[in-house]
Parts: sequence; structure tokens; C-alpha cells
Amino acid sequence: MCTACEELVDPKQIQLEEIINKHKHQNGPLIPVLQGAQEVYGYLPAHVLKHISKALRIPLARIYGVVTFYAQFRLTPVGRNLINICLGTACHVRGGAKIVETLEKELKISDGGTTEDRRFTLEVVACIGACGLAPVISINNEVHGRLVPESIAGILAKYE
Amino acid sequence: MAENQRILVCAGTGCASSGALPIIDILKEEIKRQGLEETVSVVGTGCQGFCEKGPTLVIEPQHILYTRVTKEDVEEIVSQELIKGERVERLLLIDQTTQKPVSLMSDINFFSKQHRIVLHNCGVIDPQKITDYTERDGYKGIQKALKEMSPEEVMEEVKKSGLRGRGGAGFPTGLKWGFCRQTPSDKKYIICNADEGDPGAFMDRSVLEGDPHSVIEGMLIGAYAIGADEGYVYCRAEYPLAIKHLEIAIKQAEEAGYLGDNILGSSFNFRLNVFAGAGAFVCGEETALMASIEGKRGMPRVRPPFPAVSGLWGKPTNINNVETWSNIPHILRNGAEWYTQFGTEKSKGTKIFALTGKVNNTGLVEVPMGTTLREIIFDIGDGIQGGKKFKAVQIGGPSGGCLPEDMLDLAVDYDTLTQAGAMVGSGGLVIMDETTCMVDIARYFLNFSKKESCGKCTPCREGTTRMYEILDRITKGEGKEEDLDTLENLAYTIKETSLCGLGQFAPSPILATLKYFRHEYEAHIHDHKCPAHNCTALLSYTIDTEKCKMCSLCAKNCPANCISGDKKTNTPYVIDEDKCIKCGTCMDKCKFGAISRA
Repeated sequence: MCTACEELVDPKQIQLEEIINKHKHQNGPLIPVLQGAQEVYGYLPAHVLKHISKALRIPLARIYGVVTFYAQFRLTPVGRNLINICLGTACHVRGGAKIVETLEKELKISDGGTTEDRRFTLEVVACIGACGLAPVISINNEVHGRLVPESIAGILAKYE
Repeated sequence: MAENQRILVCAGTGCASSGALPIIDILKEEIKRQGLEETVSVVGTGCQGFCEKGPTLVIEPQHILYTRVTKEDVEEIVSQELIKGERVERLLLIDQTTQKPVSLMSDINFFSKQHRIVLHNCGVIDPQKITDYTERDGYKGIQKALKEMSPEEVMEEVKKSGLRGRGGAGFPTGLKWGFCRQTPSDKKYIICNADEGDPGAFMDRSVLEGDPHSVIEGMLIGAYAIGADEGYVYCRAEYPLAIKHLEIAIKQAEEAGYLGDNILGSSFNFRLNVFAGAGAFVCGEETALMASIEGKRGMPRVRPPFPAVSGLWGKPTNINNVETWSNIPHILRNGAEWYTQFGTEKSKGTKIFALTGKVNNTGLVEVPMGTTLREIIFDIGDGIQGGKKFKAVQIGGPSGGCLPEDMLDLAVDYDTLTQAGAMVGSGGLVIMDETTCMVDIARYFLNFSKKESCGKCTPCREGTTRMYEILDRITKGEGKEEDLDTLENLAYTIKETSLCGLGQFAPSPILATLKYFRHEYEAHIHDHKCPAHNCTALLSYTIDTEKCKMCSLCAKNCPANCISGDKKTNTPYVIDEDKCIKCGTCMDKCKFGAISRA
């Protein structure tokens, strides 16, 4: 009883319940619930997946299958700032690889990695649809375009 | 200026990331400060298409275009343009031929050579206001359908228009609707495929961001013709602004009685849901997309049964892409006959292309089917950046192909492109110049297909990986004699035997580059040279002792410490090829052009 009460005090837990209740009765609730949960927790911790499994009556193995299939879902926490480097075709032909190289050198991490101080996570993505501004990166969904390697340091400095 | 004016500020993703959003607020404030709020209004619109020159804004009714506007320019625009009626010359576009500033959109090739049907509202209306849409004849198509036409007549009209699916394959839309309509069922679904995963394409995003009601109206008309009462828009999660605008539009349409029960007083009911995808390219495939909505791994399945017979949750389902749906209201409003005046014999209407890469005017353009590649790239796109030479145009993303210069006069429609070894696909046009290596491009696309392969069928899962490995080797100068034959063999096998479109078209970039740029592959394999000087492993740098002033800048900047020489002892600077990592820093740093690359 008491532990149940304590759990409910956690505001994230309350938000998760709300998300589950919102989608529980619709057809195909799993992906919207996982997306909502990730929004709340920043990633999908094991205990959250177990909870979703129970609440939606979907086997944990199936949930794990879905989580690992889609690029959006992550099982490990990310840094405070998420950098998506676009390597779509337009960015590729306009020198996107040089931007990746510069970022990797600057942050000393590679694709998928997080800096030790948890300030940045780096992810290479296929296309964020801002091809007109290639090459681009987006940091926390904020797009920075027409980049040259020299502009990277200044942009990174804006994010704590 | 007594006349009422509207200032349209592009707030699409492209311009927003160039700083358009603060401009809107500052502009509103400045207009108020200078006492013009009675006669001038400011509208944040969807994508105006001219991303290269963003942020852009248009002054109506004169259609004056300002480019690369910053918030510091706002005061001058208000006091000079709005009050005195004089142009702010430094913000106007410079015509590349005359080198003079042009102000009117009708004088700018980028706009005047386009024909906008689907994009007719994009960049003109406020996408967050349903009244902006209805004022420009919005929802007249569904009104006409419900009040004057039977579902059969609507279907006939779409068939007569000759509209073909804009998602890539070009299947006749009316025919597709017919299959779903014929299947008896108590419940049917329609889906809008907005999982625009092709790298280099962003027209669907721009339509959803800039004119979401046109997609809703198209789906309403489709649902009425097919007999569906529920629909989904499956949109990439990477497009948060598109999802936001769509959700606002759906709410407004519900309040206005266009969505829900007994629409416009008829017995027709329709509900629309938005489903945010979770990042899987393969979900652009119909059966994978439906699996994803059902909450499963987005993997394609064998067809038949086709979705028109057994689709979402086993019910008959019709799927079309954003641009296809967005064409429908125009066809209903103006009639099939009007629509067939645009395009070629077998490909009617217009097509939106996302023009990107090494072209001067990147952006979104809509042209009638049958327009030549040359017109799109050189007239609308204003040619190649930096005066370089055109090499190839990549059409249709990872499923398409690259076409060389002698194909530029090809009239773009579904059939001619397929014959040439490319495809219309979603409509991404990536322009490449002499510095782009075609082997590297093929490798790039195979890397993409390899990563995005869902792994269900062996030819695609294993085949794309093997093809990638071969291409990767070739770009590293480790290509073997037999590689090209092996690649071709693999490509045809994978094309024939893969389960879905992803695998079937994954070899296309290889086949097209082998067809038109075989000499580049051969140069990599036989001569260990990359003709475009792009593949790092095949480059070599040398210092021309004649031009070298022995300033030592190259040696100081070399990260591998492989350049040596000494001015005092007059020892010439040389690069140690064994230690050189081929980064090109020395060449960039040299002020005398003494370092060359081969």
C-alpha cells in the first residue's frame, strides 16, 4: 500500500498514468504510449516498459521488439542537449560529413554517444527536411543551417 | 500607401531556422509604432518555397519579394517600403543575368516558371486559420461532392482527371479508390501517408505545414467516394510543426462541421486521427505503415491480400500520399477536364519537386508534368553553385537513379523517368556537380538502404549489406576486377526477389550509376583515382616547389605532422605520403596555391 502511494507521488509517474489512460481504449495504443513515456522520462527505462506492459496487457517481449525497431525510441538516457546531424542526400553532397567530423572531434564522442558531462548526445539522422539550408544540424529541435566546420564551436557554446 | 497591404512572412521550417519567427513579432510591433496597423497586416505563412534566400517575405497586393531578411531590416522595410512606397534595394533578389535587383515575383524565374496547384495556398495563407483556407475556395470541393454528386460520380471524376499517386509508383488514384470501394465491409479506412522518409524530399512536410486543410478536404472527398468513415494521417515524428498545424486544422474542421457526424447536413460521417511515426523509413511502404499504426514493428507483409481488401485491422483500406490527397479538392472544384490540361498524355497535372544540392536556388517548386529537367535546374534553379559544371541529377531518393547531362532534356513524367533508369519517386531532385563522386553517391544510398532494411527478407537484409561492402571497398581503392559484375548480379537478384519496394528499388542507385558513370567506377578500380577528388583514400597531395614560398603554414597546421622543410637551410617543403591522412588542411591553408590534389 505505502509503496504504491509513494510511487504515485512521483510526478512523472502521474504523467505516465495520464498518458496510458488517454490511449488505453483506442486501437493500437502502444506506440503513442511509448512516445508519451519517452517525452516524460527522456528515454524508456526498464521499469516504465514493465509498467506499460502490465497496463496495456501487452507482453514485455513484444514491447521490446517494437522499441528496438524504431529509431525514435531509446533505452539509455540522453544528454541535456540532443544534436541531430543531418546526413540526407542534400547535406551529404554539400559537405555534411565534414560537419560530423568536426562535431565528433569537438565533443570527443561518435554517433550515438553522450559526452561524459551529459551535456551533449550526438546522433546522425537521415533527413530532417531542411534540405534548402544544407548542411544542417538540429539541437533540441532547433535547426541550424548553411553550416561550415568553423561555425560549430559558436553554436555549441549556446547550449549548456 | 492608403491601400490595404498584407505582409506574408514565410514561417516554414527552412525560414524559421534562418530566423523568421522573431521577424513576425518585430514587424507587428514596428507597424504599430509607425501607426500603420489599420492598413497593414502581418501573416506568418507556410513554406513559400524559396528556402535558399530565406527568410523571405512578400508584400501584397504588389507581390514584392524581400530575401534574406533579418530583424535589423524590419524598421527600414516599414519606413521605406510601407510608408514611402520605395523598395529597400539591398534586400531584393539580384537577377543573375542582368545583375540588377528585381522586386516583383512575376519577374523572378524561380516563381514565374512554376505552376502552383497543390502549393496554391502555401506561403499565401495563415495555415492556422481555417477562414484563410475557406476564403480561397477551401472546402468548396467537398461541398460540391456532398450536395451535387454521388460517390460513384466523385470516383469517375478522379478517374477522368488521370491523377496518379504522387508517392512514387504513380498508380492511377481513381482506380485504386475503386478497388477499396468495391470490397464489401462494415468499416473502411483511408490513410494519408506522410511518412516522407526520402532524404532530400520535403514537399509533403511543406504542404502539411502550409496548407493542412487541403489534405483534410482531399481525404474527406476520398472517404465519401470510397465509403470510409475513419482516417489516419501517418506523419513522421521528425516533422513536429507539420503535426502541430494538422492537429489545429483538424480541430477547426471539427468545429466548423467538416469533420464528425452528418457532415454539412448529409448522412456522411468521417473522423480523422493523426499518428506520429516513430522513425523507420520502411513504414513508407503501405503494409509496414499499417502494421505501425496497429502498434507493431513496421514490417511489410506479402501482398495479396492488398490493403484495399484487407488493410488496417483487417478492414479494406486506401492509402495515398499527401500530395495526392492535396490534388483532390482542386479536381473536384474545377473539374477533371480542367486538370487534364496540365501535364503529358499519361501523367496529368503538376508535380512538386524539392530542388536541393549544388544548385543556386534550392527550394520547393511545382511544375506541370512534362517539364524538362533542364528547365527545372537551369531556369527555375538558376544553374549550378559557384559556376561549377553540372554532373548529374539524382531523382527519386534511395529508390531512384542519377541521370547525366545528356538526359537533361528529358520531359519529366512517370514513364520517361522509369525508362531512363530513375523514377519520379517522391520528387527529390538532388543536383550534383563535378566534385561529387558517383561511386560515393551509390555507396551513400546503399548505406541508407542497409540501415533502413527491416531485416524480414533475406535478399534485402543481406544483399544491401554485401553491395554496400563492395562499394565501400571501391571508394577506398581496394576494388577488384570482378566487383562490377558481382554488383550487377547482386543488384538484379535483389530487385527480383525482395519482398517490398525498399529492397526492390535499393539497387537502383547502383544500376543507374553503372549505366551512366561506369568510367568513374573503373577509374577507382583500375587507376586508383577518384575523378571527382572526393574519395579521401584515393587522393594524393603534392607541394609545387616553384610556387612554395616556404612560409611553413602548411607544416604548422598539418594534424599528422607529415610536412617537413626549412627556409633557413633552403630545404623544400614535402609531404610524407605514408603518414599523410589526406585531410586537405594544408591545401586549405596555403595562401599561394602551391599545394595540389590529384
